[in-house]
Amino acid sequence: MREDRAVTAATRSPPASGPAAPVLLPGTSVARKQLVAITGVVGVLYVLVHMLGNLHAFQGPRQLNHYGEYLRTIGEPLLPRSMLLWIARIVLLTAVTIHIGLTAQLALRSRAARPVRYVHPGVVQASYASRTMRWGGLALLGFIVFHLMDLSWGVHPHFVRGDVYHNAVTGFRRWPVTAVYLAAMAALGLHLYHGTWSVFQTLGVNRPRWDRAIHRGALTLALIVGLGFSTVPVAVLVHLVK
Amino acid sequence: MNLTLDVWRQRHAGDQGRIVRYQAGGISPDMSFLEMLDVVNEGLILGGDEPIAFDHDCREGICGMCGFMINGIAHGPERATTVCQLHMRHFRDGDSLTIEPWRAGAFPVVRDLIVDRSAFDRIIAAGGFISASTGSAPEANNIAVPKQDADSAMDAAACIGCGACVAACPNASAMLFTAAKVVHLGVLPQGQPERKGRVKAMVETMDGLGFGHCTNIGECAAVCPKEIGMDTIAFLNRDLARSAVLTGNGRA
Ligand code: HEM
Ligand code: FES
Repeated sequence: MREDRAVTAATRSPPASGPAAPVLLPGTSVARKQLVAITGVVGVLYVLVHMLGNLHAFQGPRQLNHYGEYLRTIGEPLLPRSMLLWIARIVLLTAVTIHIGLTAQLALRSRAARPVRYVHPGVVQASYASRTMRWGGLALLGFIVFHLMDLSWGVHPHFVRGDVYHNAVTGFRRWPVTAVYLAAMAALGLHLYHGTWSVFQTLGVNRPRWDRAIHRGALTLALIVGLGFSTVPVAVLVHLVK
Repeated sequence: MNLTLDVWRQRHAGDQGRIVRYQAGGISPDMSFLEMLDVVNEGLILGGDEPIAFDHDCREGICGMCGFMINGIAHGPERATTVCQLHMRHFRDGDSLTIEPWRAGAFPVVRDLIVDRSAFDRIIAAGGFISASTGSAPEANNIAVPKQDADSAMDAAACIGCGACVAACPNASAMLFTAAKVVHLGVLPQGQPERKGRVKAMVETMDGLGFGHCTNIGECAAVCPKEIGMDTIAFLNRDLARSAVLTGNGRA
């Protein structure tokens, strides 16, 4: 019924450009962006838990290594050893793959949507964080690979499997490593600042009366996560943790 | 006032196009930006050149025909103002201004600063209406509309379809325009029967026309001459998610 009317309305005033096939709902930019947001939330919850876990470093080697071991034993004896850890890894890998795959696709579509660039580009109010989601996201991807090589896969000059504390301390003692981690945390903070607010907007949860609070909440979260992660490498570098 | 203008000149859709420099002399600060261009065009015509083509109609900020980029900002530096309502007193003597048409694949340039915005009409045709039987006007108070809803609908209905949102968006997204229409009809009782189908059809058509996606950067709302807000986009996103999850064509 509605479709019929749409057709008559369209034929009454023929458009200048040729007909375009509509993109079906699951393929729309809005639906895809909502998946980006949901996978982003998985990431946000993960980095928050990860950051809090890292703070065990301040309690000393026994507690941090014990925490690392504990993560492998959750659910025992009901679940086999490391089962939950592997489930978490698979969920995260899937989430990151969807997140990056869809954002890459959307970014390419958007680039094609403006075939001719402006001679004089301008920005009225967009934040630095919002304009660097793509490059910042790519930097995060690079960092994730570096970080896994460094502290999970053991591409590290003094790596001892299972001794998380030793690996972290001997790694962060070298300032170039700490510098990479700090730069990555700045990128993460920026990504989270725009990303967290954006999730509320993309999923349609935001309301005008909540907007300021959500902006402040996103800023607070970005600062807590970014600074929280940074405390450990900095503490090692200045010999507070050794 | 004297100004240096770098203006995009393009003879027709297939032409390459290029920036051409003009000197605008003897401009009164009380002129509107379009009147300033009228003066430049008079000079061009007297010199035997083609005048700079730009769209306009009402020249009072209500029709949505005018609009182009001034130094990278849609409708120029004043907030909540169309170029026809932008006065030269907001510029300084000696300013250099780059004037370009809206840039989007879905808005092909027709000539100089004029773009074809019929892609917007096609988004409207996909669902931006209410299929009410026409005939004699219904009694105005038959359907009670809460004041708050009437206000939201009115704010969204202020959209004049000028295209500045698309032009300002780094992704050339038409989300603010589409969202304004979705809110305008979606908050009113008369808009409920078709609410779910409307948002789906409009978004599907918007994407099919080759507009980009929304990254919630907010440049669209910042340049909107009618100050349509980002909250309309959240409303559209919410309605689309509900239309995917809930069945039936009714209230989302
Ligand atoms: C691993 C590499 C990553 C890449 C390449 C990446 C890329 C992106 C891009 C390009 C966007 C913008 C999407 C758009 O607006 O169209 C985005 C949004 C987002 N990202 Fe990431 N990201 C990455 C990692 C992460 C991580 C680790 C987190 C969580 C801590 C995260 C959380 C988010 C959130 C919450 C959004 C907002 C979604 C929305 O706008 O609704 N991302 N990401
Ligand atoms: S000419 Fe009508 S809005 Fe500018």
